[in-house]
Amino acid sequence: MNRREFLKKSVQGSIVAGSSVVFSDFSRLLAAPPKSSTSYDLVAVKGGEPEIMFDNAIASLGGMKAFVPQGGKVLVKPNIGWDATPERAGNTHPKLVARIIEHCLRAGAKEVSVFDHTCDHWKRCYKNSGIERAVQNAGGKIVSGDSEGYYQSVSIPNGKRLTEAKVHELFLDADAFINVPILKHHSSAMLTIGMKNLMGVVWDRRTWHRNDLHQCIADFASYRKPSLTVVDAYNVMKRNGPRGVSVEDVVPMKSQIVSTDIVAADAAAAKLFGHEPGDIRHIQIASQMKLGQIDLKNLSINRIKL
Amino acid sequence: MILSRLKQIRLVISVLCLTLIALIFLDFTNIIPSSGVKAILYLQFVPSLLNFFTTFAYDATGFFIVILLLVLFGRIYCSCLCPLGIFEDVIGFVSRKNKNWRGYKYLQPHNILRYSILILTVMLLFSGIGFLLNLLDPFSSFGRIFSDLFRPVVIIGNNLIAIVLEQLGIHTLYRVRWVVAPISAGVAMAVLLLIVWLSAKHGRLYCNTICPVGTLLGLISKISMFQIRINQNKCKECKRCERVCKSGCIDLNTKTIDSSRCVACFNCLEACQRDGLQFKNIWKRGHFENKAEKVVSQSQRRGLIIGSLIWLFGNTGFSEQTKKIVQSKQTTIPILLKNPISPPGSHSIEHFISTCTACHLCVSACPSNVLEPSFLEYGLLGMLQPKMSFNEGHCNYECTICMDICPSGALLPLEVEIKKRTQIGVAKFIKQNCVVYTDKTNCGACSEHCPTKAVNMVPYPNSKNNRLVIPEVNPDYCIGCGGCEHACPTKPYKAIYVEGNAVHKRALKPEVEKIDPKIDYDEDFPF
Repeated sequence: MNRREFLKKSVQGSIVAGSSVVFSDFSRLLAAPPKSSTSYDLVAVKGGEPEIMFDNAIASLGGMKAFVPQGGKVLVKPNIGWDATPERAGNTHPKLVARIIEHCLRAGAKEVSVFDHTCDHWKRCYKNSGIERAVQNAGGKIVSGDSEGYYQSVSIPNGKRLTEAKVHELFLDADAFINVPILKHHSSAMLTIGMKNLMGVVWDRRTWHRNDLHQCIADFASYRKPSLTVVDAYNVMKRNGPRGVSVEDVVPMKSQIVSTDIVAADAAAAKLFGHEPGDIRHIQIASQMKLGQIDLKNLSINRIKL
Repeated sequence: MILSRLKQIRLVISVLCLTLIALIFLDFTNIIPSSGVKAILYLQFVPSLLNFFTTFAYDATGFFIVILLLVLFGRIYCSCLCPLGIFEDVIGFVSRKNKNWRGYKYLQPHNILRYSILILTVMLLFSGIGFLLNLLDPFSSFGRIFSDLFRPVVIIGNNLIAIVLEQLGIHTLYRVRWVVAPISAGVAMAVLLLIVWLSAKHGRLYCNTICPVGTLLGLISKISMFQIRINQNKCKECKRCERVCKSGCIDLNTKTIDSSRCVACFNCLEACQRDGLQFKNIWKRGHFENKAEKVVSQSQRRGLIIGSLIWLFGNTGFSEQTKKIVQSKQTTIPILLKNPISPPGSHSIEHFISTCTACHLCVSACPSNVLEPSFLEYGLLGMLQPKMSFNEGHCNYECTICMDICPSGALLPLEVEIKKRTQIGVAKFIKQNCVVYTDKTNCGACSEHCPTKAVNMVPYPNSKNNRLVIPEVNPDYCIGCGGCEHACPTKPYKAIYVEGNAVHKRALKPEVEKIDPKIDYDEDFPF
C-alpha cells in the first residue's frame, strides 16, 4: 500500500466508521447493491457455498482486478497442511481455492501458483485435500513446497523474535499474494487463521515454535502483507485442531471473511469462532505492531447473508 | 536352431526382469502401485520363501515356481529372474567389450567355501538369525545397491533437471528430498565393488561361490530334468562354449559340465556350431552323472560355533543416542531408547528381525523418509534392517505402503483402520526439555501433529502468569507415529520422543463426542 492509497483508505475508513456509528443499520442497506469501489475494509459472507460466497465477497470489493495486476504472477496460498479429505476441514476448501484462481485468471493474471509447506506428506495432502485437482482444473499451477532448495533466506526487519526466515521463492516472486486460510481450532496457537497460515511459506517452522510462537507469527506478518486474505469458515474445526481427529470435530458454519487487512480478517474470524480477538496473543501482538486493525468497530464491514 | 534361440529368450526375460525390479527400487515418486510391486517380486526366491513360511499365503508361493523351474530346466532363477545375477551379466557384457578379452575359462569349484556358507546361512536362519542371509541374499543385496547407492543419484539427477525446468517456469518435476544412510551405503558399496570385480573377471563366480541361493539351487540343479550335456562324438573341443560360459563350468578335458554351477544362460548352446551340445532330458536315461557332494561335517561344526558366537553378539543391542546439534539454549536431558521402533505390520521386533532380509524396498518406498537402515539398534545381527526414525518425517497416519510391498512377510499388511490403531511405540514427554517449561512460551508443535490427540495441550500455571498450555501424553491413544517427535523444536534433545514397543500393541480408538452444531444461518454476525 503506498501513501496515497493509505490516506484514501483511512479517510474512507473513518467516514464509514463514523457513519456506521450514526446510522448503525444504514451501512447494511448499502450492501444490497455491490459497490464497485473498494470502500469496504472487510466483507463477511454467510449461508452459501464457498465459491458462491467468494463471488459475492469479491464483487463487493470491486472485483479481482483491484488486487491482481494485469499479466502478473499470483500466489494463492491455502492451508494444505494435512492428509485429510475436505469434509474434515483440516485444509482450505478446494472449491474456494479453485474459484479464487478462476477470478485471478479472468482478471488478467499471467499465472496463478499454489503451494503449501505441508505437515503430513505433501503429495498425500495435495491429493486427498482435493486441492491439487481443483487447482489444475481451474487453470492454476500446483507446486511443491517440500524441498529446502525452494526456500531463500530473507531478513524480517520489523521482526522482534523472528528476524530471518527461509521463504519459498514463489512467495518472493509473486506480484500478488492471496492468503486463503481455513479457520480452525489450534492446540498451541488457539486458533489458526490468516497470520498462522503464513507459516506454510517458510521452511523452518521449528524456529518459530522454539522462539515464542505467537511473537514469531506476528513478526512474519510484518514481512509482506497479502493482497487479500480470504478466510474459509465454511466447515470449521471446533476442537482437536489443527489436524482434527474425525468429522465430528467439524461444524458447518458456512461463512467466509475477506479483507485486505490480515489482522482484521483474523479478528473477525476469531469472533466468528467465539473468541475475543484480543485473547489470541498473536492477533493482539500484531495489532500492537500496527500490522492491522484488531478493533472491528473501526472498520467498514459489508455483511452479506445469502 | 531352437537351442540357440533359448539364449535370446533368456535375454529378453532377464532384461525385462532387471528393468522392472530396478525401477521398483528407483521409483521415488511411488508411481508403481503396491499390487504391481508385489506382482513383479512374486518370483523372488528368498523373500517369497520367508513370506510363505510366515503367512502361508498364496501370493507367497513364488519360490515354489522357482523350484519347479529348477527341477525341470535348471537354474532359470539365476539366469532370468535374479536381479543381482542379471546385473552381473550386464557388468560382464560391458567388460567383454574390452579388446583384450580372451573369453572365460573353466574354473574349479570352491566347494568347501560355498557349502560352508550355505550351511552356516541355513543354520543361522533356523536359529532365528537372518543376518548372513540378509547380507548374502542376492535380491536384498541388489535392493541395497539400488536403494542406498543408485537411488540418491537418480534423485539428484531429477532435482537438477527440476531446477533447470523451474527457471523456465515449469513445475511438472519437483525436487525430492533424499537421505543417505552411511553405514548401509558403505555395505552396499562394498558388495557392489566385489560384484563388479568378480563378474568383470570371472562371470558368475559370486553366484557359484558366495551366494547361498545359488549354492542351494545348484544342489538341486544336479538332478534337473533338462540339462546341458556335451555330445562326446560331435564335440571337436574348439572351446567356443567354454569361452562364453560365465559360470566356468564346462570342462573340455573331461567333456563334462558341472550342472550344479550351470546357471542355464544357454550361451554355450548358441556358441556351438557342431551340435556338440545338447539340452536334453536326462531323466529318460534314468541315471545322474554327478552324485551330490558330501557335505563336510567339520564345516557344520565350525558353523555351529560361529553361529553361537554371533548369536551372543546379536543379543547385546546398543541404544541409540540423538545426534548433537549446537543451539543457543540447549536442552539438557538426553534420550536413551530401550527399544528401536520396528515398522508397522512387523508385529514384534522378534518377528521383524527374523523375517526381514534388509532389501530396503520399504526404505525406498516410504514417502515420508521415516524408514532407515539400522546400525546396532536391533543388535549386530539386525544390522541394516530398517527401523523407524523421525528425523526426516513422521509415519503418515493413513499410509500403508511399507506393509503393502514388503516381499518377505517381515511387514504383514494391515488394513488402514487397523494400522491407525497399531501402537508401534509410545510417546514419552520430558518436561524439563520442553519450550513451555524452559521459556514460558507456547509451542504445541507435538500436539499439532498428533493424529489421535494422544498428545494433548493442557493449561500450565506458571510464575509469569502467561496463558500457557503444555503437552500431556495419554499413552492409551498413542500409536507411536512420531509426529510429535519430528515436530518438537528443541535441540539437541527433543522434549518428546517415541519409545519402541518390542511387541506392538493396539491403541484405543480416539473418543469422539458429537458437537451439537446449532447453527442459525440467519443470525447476525458477531461483529
